[in-house]
Amino acid sequence: MKNKVITTLCLSAAIFIGACGGGDQSATETQQTDQPAGTTAETSSYDPKRGEGKYDETNMVVGALDAAMATKGDGISATKCFSCHKTTDEKLVGPGWKGVTERRTPHWIMNFITNPDPMIDKDPEVQAQLELCLVRMPNQNLTEDEARAVVEFMRKNDGAK
Amino acid sequence: MISKRIAVGILAVAALQLGSCKPKGAGSAVSGDAAAKTYVAPGKYDEFYNFVSGGFSGQLSVYGLPSGRLLRVIPVFSVDPEKGWGYSEETKPMLNTSHGFVPWDDLHHVEMSMNNGVADGKWVFVNGNNTPRLARVDLTTFRTAEIIELPNSAGNHSSPFGTENSEYIVAGTRFSVPEDGDASDVPIDTYKQNFKGHISFVSIDKNNGEMNLAFQLKTPGINFDLARAGKGKSAGWFFFSCYNSEQANTLLEVNASQKDKDFIMAVNWKKAEEYVKAGKGTKQKVKYAHNKYNEETHTATSTMKNEVTVLDITQFPDLVYFIPCPKSPHGTDVDPTGEFIVGSGKLAALLPVFSYDKIQKAIADKNFEKEKYAGIPVIKYEAALYGEVQKPGLGPLHTEFDDKGNAYTSFFVSSEIVKWNIKDLKIIDRKPTYYSVGHLMIPGGNTKKPFGKYLVAYNKITKDRYLPTGPELSQSAQLYDISGEKMEMILDFPTIGEPHYAQAIPAELIKDKQVKFYNINHNKHPFATKSEAEARVERKGNQVHVYMTSIRSHFAPDNIEGVKLGDEVYFHVTNLEQDWDVPHGFGVKGANNAELLIMPGETLTLKWVPDRIGMFPIYCTDFCSALHQEMSGYVRVSPKNSNVPIKFSLGEKPKAAK
Repeated sequence: MKNKVITTLCLSAAIFIGACGGGDQSATETQQTDQPAGTTAETSSYDPKRGEGKYDETNMVVGALDAAMATKGDGISATKCFSCHKTTDEKLVGPGWKGVTERRTPHWIMNFITNPDPMIDKDPEVQAQLELCLVRMPNQNLTEDEARAVVEFMRKNDGAK
Repeated sequence: MISKRIAVGILAVAALQLGSCKPKGAGSAVSGDAAAKTYVAPGKYDEFYNFVSGGFSGQLSVYGLPSGRLLRVIPVFSVDPEKGWGYSEETKPMLNTSHGFVPWDDLHHVEMSMNNGVADGKWVFVNGNNTPRLARVDLTTFRTAEIIELPNSAGNHSSPFGTENSEYIVAGTRFSVPEDGDASDVPIDTYKQNFKGHISFVSIDKNNGEMNLAFQLKTPGINFDLARAGKGKSAGWFFFSCYNSEQANTLLEVNASQKDKDFIMAVNWKKAEEYVKAGKGTKQKVKYAHNKYNEETHTATSTMKNEVTVLDITQFPDLVYFIPCPKSPHGTDVDPTGEFIVGSGKLAALLPVFSYDKIQKAIADKNFEKEKYAGIPVIKYEAALYGEVQKPGLGPLHTEFDDKGNAYTSFFVSSEIVKWNIKDLKIIDRKPTYYSVGHLMIPGGNTKKPFGKYLVAYNKITKDRYLPTGPELSQSAQLYDISGEKMEMILDFPTIGEPHYAQAIPAELIKDKQVKFYNINHNKHPFATKSEAEARVERKGNQVHVYMTSIRSHFAPDNIEGVKLGDEVYFHVTNLEQDWDVPHGFGVKGANNAELLIMPGETLTLKWVPDRIGMFPIYCTDFCSALHQEMSGYVRVSPKNSNVPIKFSLGEKPKAAK
């Protein structure tokens, strides 16, 4: 874990020199004019398979569907998600949920719904989605348990048993 | 000393960068000499007045640039107890409408009065988006001088944009609705048949600024967002951005974003004017308020008007043309030459630039789409297009111009300002804003002669920019130096309400024309009291009229008796001062009302209906002298059936009333 942090710091330092160095800005700036600001965030330390946040395959493991938890997730989603997302594949404000658990790993979803802002800035696919939807998914401040229940509901919605 | 400060600054910036180095992070975008560029020394004046919409506060704020100092909040559409606006008897009529007294509105946009395509510093026009209204603020007094309501409209958003000599200020409805009147009670799902747009053309009297609803254009039921008049060769035209060409009436977020292109609506307003002069319009019975403030009587009057001339654009084939514009356009901005019209489709991934000459040619050649839209010819996109700025950013909203042939566009979704060249459509620079910029503004950037020195971004979200203040955070403006090739952010300041649009003009055009006080000899208020000798109290039935004066540091009279429960008391307070910056305030304990704030030479009236017997202090609320704290008095309230006679006095034994 410590090693990881150090690596990240090194990477950040490298980016700092590359993108923010005070002395010679012109080269960087010329490059930046081709890209909207929303897409210029550092991406080299970002793992699009995992997303960014607390979760990875070690601490977000799914098994057989927990029906009670899925029902709880349905209720949470009604308050926090369904104003913008349908459970079908139809786009409302954001994309429909049908098939989301097939497109994304459970830990990626957990990271995205608990930590959307950095991922919207960094994840190439989320960026592409933003160009279609033009509304940044807000942070709905889901607790860990709530987020987990929402994922269980998504799995149920996709037919998990 | 200076070098030390700079050194500390550099260290601070360096530290910030180490701590939060990422392009979207706050704090890293400011360079060392930013403070020097915005520093206006104590006692020195700013270079520009910046008139900034107060959004849902309903008011207009005035900032100095480049300092970002707040100079004044001018009450317009909302009551303002600080200034007694909407509370004094004299100002209540300003907020009258066909719906009665409406104490609030939502002020979005700002337009300076113009002469030959440049601001002349006489008036500033602002729109009320909720109960559709248009207001004129006088720049010699910084007061709202006139408000006119707009019939057949709902949500006056596409407003108050003006022609190059302020011949007209327009007011286009954001929400199409059925026309006013008995036939307006229809099912909502008959939108496509029954809902219409209306665009009001309000003429402006060149001499006194007075507004007159000259005519309205009746349009298909779509939503009008913003507008700009042409300039120079295109001065006879007006360009309106339109969205919801889908004509949706529910979940517009989704249903009004279906089509790849909506429209910019080009209106030949000179032609419309000719038709109206030739008697072509239809007279429609409507009801709307027209409110004016009189600087001599210091009193507003509200007149209810009942007729408007309407031109149905489908009946006049050479009046209006639609130009396809991707996608839900917000900005429709005309460059200083009048040739280029930049459409900012807020859901589009490119910026189309239209050519006035090509539009004219397309009209002459009838280069139209096969199908009309709701009976109106649609010019072919390519026939009107000069070119497209590719991949400019996400969520383009609004464009202004500098004096060097460059355009600057705000991008809401990607939170940035993008500078590009109008001729070659190449992007020159982009800078982040913090965060989610709406409109941007360059002093004169909407005119024939922009001052290409500063740009201000007006942001919707501030998140982490300032010390936090609970769930609601202030909104913000960011100032950029645009004198060089690259833009440089040099200042960041919070704003009141929501800063939608703003305009700025050189201070010289305004600062030497200020009314410093009202000449007491010219005061024609029917209840003016021009000397302490005339100060008195008169009873008329259950009305008690107090003819009161104020001067540093007493009111005359300051002891009043004989008021009874059930009375309505009117304090008509005349400020006898004849010097600049000496207003007096006036407050009464328990009054279901605000204070008065009376300028020198002015008379204002506070109505008070006492609710109980007892002793009610009155006092001056605006610190006026070393003896301000002594500027007070008493009003005695007696029971309804008491026989206490009216008495009043100042510094002597009570005198009996006349």
